[in-house]
Amino acid sequence: MVGYVTRRVLSAIPIALIAVTACFFILRLAPGGPFDGERALPPTTLANLRAHYNLDLPLIQQYFIYVGRLLQGDFGPSMVYNDFTVAQMLWIGLPFTLMLGFSAFIIGTIVGLVAGALSAVNQNKWPDYVLVFLVMIGLVVPNFLMAAIMQLVFGVYLDWFPAGGWQNGSLAHLVLPITVLVLPHAGRTARLMRGSMIEVLGTNYVRTAKSKGLGQRLILARHAIKPALLPVVSYLGPGLSYLLTGSLVVEQVFALPGIGKYFISAALNRDYGLVLGTTILYMFIILAVNLLVDVIYAWLDPKVRYS
Amino acid sequence: MKQVLHVEDMSVTFALHNSEVHAVREMNFSLAQGETLAVVGESGSGKSQAFLAIMGLLAKNGRAGGRAMMEDINLIGMEPNQLDKHRGKDIAMIFQDPMTSLNPTLKIKTQLGEVLVKHRGFERDKAVQAATEMLERVGIPEPAKRANAYPHELSGGMRQRVMIAMALLCQPKILIADEPTTALDVTVQAQMLDLFKSLTEDFGTALVLITHDLGVVAGVADRMMVMYGGRAVEKGTTDDLFYDPHHPYTLGLLHSTPHIAKRAERLDPIQGLPPSLENLPKGCSFNPRCAFAFDRCLVERPPLAPTENGREKACHYEGPMAYGKVA
Repeated sequence: MVGYVTRRVLSAIPIALIAVTACFFILRLAPGGPFDGERALPPTTLANLRAHYNLDLPLIQQYFIYVGRLLQGDFGPSMVYNDFTVAQMLWIGLPFTLMLGFSAFIIGTIVGLVAGALSAVNQNKWPDYVLVFLVMIGLVVPNFLMAAIMQLVFGVYLDWFPAGGWQNGSLAHLVLPITVLVLPHAGRTARLMRGSMIEVLGTNYVRTAKSKGLGQRLILARHAIKPALLPVVSYLGPGLSYLLTGSLVVEQVFALPGIGKYFISAALNRDYGLVLGTTILYMFIILAVNLLVDVIYAWLDPKVRYS
Repeated sequence: MKQVLHVEDMSVTFALHNSEVHAVREMNFSLAQGETLAVVGESGSGKSQAFLAIMGLLAKNGRAGGRAMMEDINLIGMEPNQLDKHRGKDIAMIFQDPMTSLNPTLKIKTQLGEVLVKHRGFERDKAVQAATEMLERVGIPEPAKRANAYPHELSGGMRQRVMIAMALLCQPKILIADEPTTALDVTVQAQMLDLFKSLTEDFGTALVLITHDLGVVAGVADRMMVMYGGRAVEKGTTDDLFYDPHHPYTLGLLHSTPHIAKRAERLDPIQGLPPSLENLPKGCSFNPRCAFAFDRCLVERPPLAPTENGREKACHYEGPMAYGKVA
């Protein structure tokens, strides 16, 4: 098991490097730059600014300067918010965004697993039909639309929860944004869980368990859940990345103080440092979660540990 | 001999989209303590479904009728939670494919131990210990180490031994083995049959051996029941059926089995295909493939009836049976 984890950690390093490289160059492919405003800057000012941020150097040299700084934990300066470094900006917004994303991740995963398992056990009976219908709604309605619907229905018409804003940590303000994030994640998880659970319930080893007279509860808890979780767990890594990126949009709609606002304006303003910094930090979080998922996978499936 | 299972007029039907398929009809037999009954037939003859029905393991669209009395309890139509008091304890089943019949995510000791915890109320430690002893009993070397292994770390033969150990943990009155050797190497098959024989003798367990392989039956079974198209077509002792088959289908099966002592040039298979249960031939189900069929066989289905010499067959033909070039 230790050897397995070490191998997974080492294999994450080249992936991280490739991702950083790809982000860096793709961002530079986009037309425009951080200093293109509505009014063109005087040429000498522009040249000074470009020199200050090393933008006058050849791209490949800029790349090595950036990676070199990154290895020392320095994300560089923000090119639009002059008074802040990227690290400072991330520190302001990211904790909130992560809190939002991970809360939705945990709630959505649990809700999805339970709903999927219930659906599978009651396959083609009414609880299954109801759940499949709800899952469909969660899956097909895009988050920006769902956010608006939630605001309108629960925030304005019913007035159960505030439709937006953030008053220093009131839980009520979080209910709607988290719900919007939870729905698609829970939906996907439930769909996967339902399918794999139905498959597992039809396997020979579940038939063996029945023939031993173990009873439904023990068969589900001990024999069916673990193997049924396998495909679901491998989805959780990508699932979290959907959530974290989705939360950028949801934050905007609900006017929440996460990184989303800065990230979106940074992308529009070509604030290279901030966009890269955010993307790279996300990448590390997602790599870490995928690593965790792999470890859980190995625990669930003994065969994986040896390959 | 004391009877441990008495099956009367049992039937199994499956509901399809807009029709019903009768997989088993009018099945009658009884099983005495310690006896070995072989149930023989081709794929689709209903032999497996009949016993899955007794174990309450039919697919969702399946329905069983009639009675399967284990002493004074009828296993057919019993609620699953009632049935669970007997499954694994009084009546156990071993399946065809040992590679997929064990849970890949659980250790062997867990899968064995839980049977004793459930039916005998053992503590977990004691259950694992008893399970390990049983593993030794079925001929698994280093049982303590194997008990700690996962199924994928064992070979097919080992896994089938584990299945046997699992089924016998509670010393059941009845053990149903559904094609227990089909998925195994020929060298392991013989060992497995010896194991069945010695263990069921030790525990006084009645064994039902479901198979299409008459070679398996010959050495082990006391009695045989031959099935075709969902019905029993001949019943009798193994010796009687082997040396003097009364039903043309039994004869056909015997001729399509390779025989080590005879130097036959070719095997003599039964011509044609097993019938579709949805669309059985009129009259005797076997008539399209039968060398002895005559006009009565095409219109009237022969019932399973006692013959003069005290055996049972379902066939109109009474003459001598010379079959192909071998007989």
